[in-house]
Amino acid sequence: MTVLVPSIHYLALLPIFIFFGAALVLMVASALSAKSFSLRLATSTTVLASVAVLVVNVAQWSYVAHHGATTTIAHALVFDDFSVVATAVIAASMLLSALVGHDWALRERVVGVDYHVLALAASAGAMVMVQANDLIVIFLGLEMLSLGLYVLVAFDRHRAASSEAALKYFLLGGFASAIFIYGAALVYGATGSTNVSSIAYFLGQNVLLRPGLLYAGGALLLIGFAFKVAAVPFHAWSPDVYQGAPTPVTGFMASIVKVGAFAALIRVLLSALGTQMDTWRPILWVLVALTSLLGASVALVQRDVKRLLAYSSINQAGFMLLGVWSANVRGVAGTLFYVMTYAPVVIATFAIVTVVGGVGDEHHALEHYRGLARRQPWLGAALTVLLLSQLGAPLTVGFYAKYSVLVAALDAGGGALALIALLSAAIAAYFYLRFALTLYEESDDDASHVAVPRASAVVITIGVIFTVLFGLWPGPLATWAQHATLLFLP
Amino acid sequence: MNVPAAWYLVVAALLFGVGAFGLLTRRSALIMFMCIELMLNAVNLTFVTFARTMSDVAGQASVFFVMVVAAAEVTVGLGIVVAVFRRRSSTSVDELAELHG
Repeated sequence: MTVLVPSIHYLALLPIFIFFGAALVLMVASALSAKSFSLRLATSTTVLASVAVLVVNVAQWSYVAHHGATTTIAHALVFDDFSVVATAVIAASMLLSALVGHDWALRERVVGVDYHVLALAASAGAMVMVQANDLIVIFLGLEMLSLGLYVLVAFDRHRAASSEAALKYFLLGGFASAIFIYGAALVYGATGSTNVSSIAYFLGQNVLLRPGLLYAGGALLLIGFAFKVAAVPFHAWSPDVYQGAPTPVTGFMASIVKVGAFAALIRVLLSALGTQMDTWRPILWVLVALTSLLGASVALVQRDVKRLLAYSSINQAGFMLLGVWSANVRGVAGTLFYVMTYAPVVIATFAIVTVVGGVGDEHHALEHYRGLARRQPWLGAALTVLLLSQLGAPLTVGFYAKYSVLVAALDAGGGALALIALLSAAIAAYFYLRFALTLYEESDDDASHVAVPRASAVVITIGVIFTVLFGLWPGPLATWAQHATLLFLP
Repeated sequence: MNVPAAWYLVVAALLFGVGAFGLLTRRSALIMFMCIELMLNAVNLTFVTFARTMSDVAGQASVFFVMVVAAAEVTVGLGIVVAVFRRRSSTSVDELAELHG
């Protein structure tokens, strides 16, 4: 008997190898070094690995442009522009988060390389997710991502809230994963495969006389994803976890989980279950409406900035889902563009929340932000710009993101849904503006000056420049998103 | 005696239901954790049953992936439970009231 080894396309896997390799190298090097490993060296390694991945992404992009989209390792992974762009977003998020995490670790006296090892491994998991072409591989990527994040959330040993948040996240995350994989098992039973392409082919060739099994499986898969992206009514964990986690980890989570989960969701819904569109679109309609409205309205009463941003992130997830609901090229490109632009904005926002949090990571009440822009005009202005972008104000990148998914929804005949989403954006505008105005209010003079370390300042500056630059000139990003989608949809 | 495959699926669905119900109703983190494991094992049974009825080895291979993930979840999960227990001397989730809003 001969064992058939599937052909492996190493260029497609290189980003995953680089991140996982960097994690292993850091872990082994820190175990072998006699004295404690320098944090600066660990951060430099992570930054270097992220830059290396971005360089590889350029090579991958031109490879796909010449050779077209392919699958590798017996069709378990896809190598297309969609995965390349999503991988680049993950690498960029990792780079920015590593810098914020560095300053946080110095301030909180967290020693060791564990933070970077876990973050790199989690990012590698997200990369597996965006490249996956098989429900089992999506599950593996999801778990690699989640297991790393559970530990990162528990990383702050000085605050009880951190381990509490980790336990909540772990129990609900494990629940969601079990639901997801049960859905995969049922879809396997209905179609005879867990491979996304095979499922799509099977459903294209056959009409299921009793589609109950497939519907149940698809619904469970959708619930699993809804948990991960914190869509209402599966969002209950998110405010607690956002609040309890160390602030740089919150920013990291908010960005890469969304990239990984939305890329995988798009593949499952549009590639595998594309023929069942009439069945899942009404369900998604309800999810979009609930997620955007509830996220925006509950955020109104929050007094804690991290909780407020958690609900704001739920509201944003509603808009990202709106693009998926549209189920056309414009919608998918819109969702990809949304995720691409949301990642740096949210990381920069949480970088500011991290520095305002102060030693102990505890000053997160809205009160601490009163008069911030009067004391430190640059920091206040930066936060204002980032908030305006999440609000979707014109001249910021968030405007074009919202515009593109709304137009896609109108194209798909979702006038009512687009109206609901717009309404939620109007409600959200209220709390974003109120937050921004708090920054410019009069405050008592004894409020302390917030120290902004260098690496965090770099991240905040990059976030603001990104927001304004691509707000004025969204062309290149929109073209990439469009291009990535065209090479992906059938 | 030949047991029809459908029965295995029913047993798996019941196991999954018991796990999900337990997770939602029990208050001890350890029991909730066991319920997740129960759900994952129900998934394994489903995979094996379908693999058997379709004579397809891929479904049986999937079981190994699920088992590996379950084992990895145990290590991380128990670590978190121990960290919480050291701080509070209790694993009841009702006492986790630090975070609310």
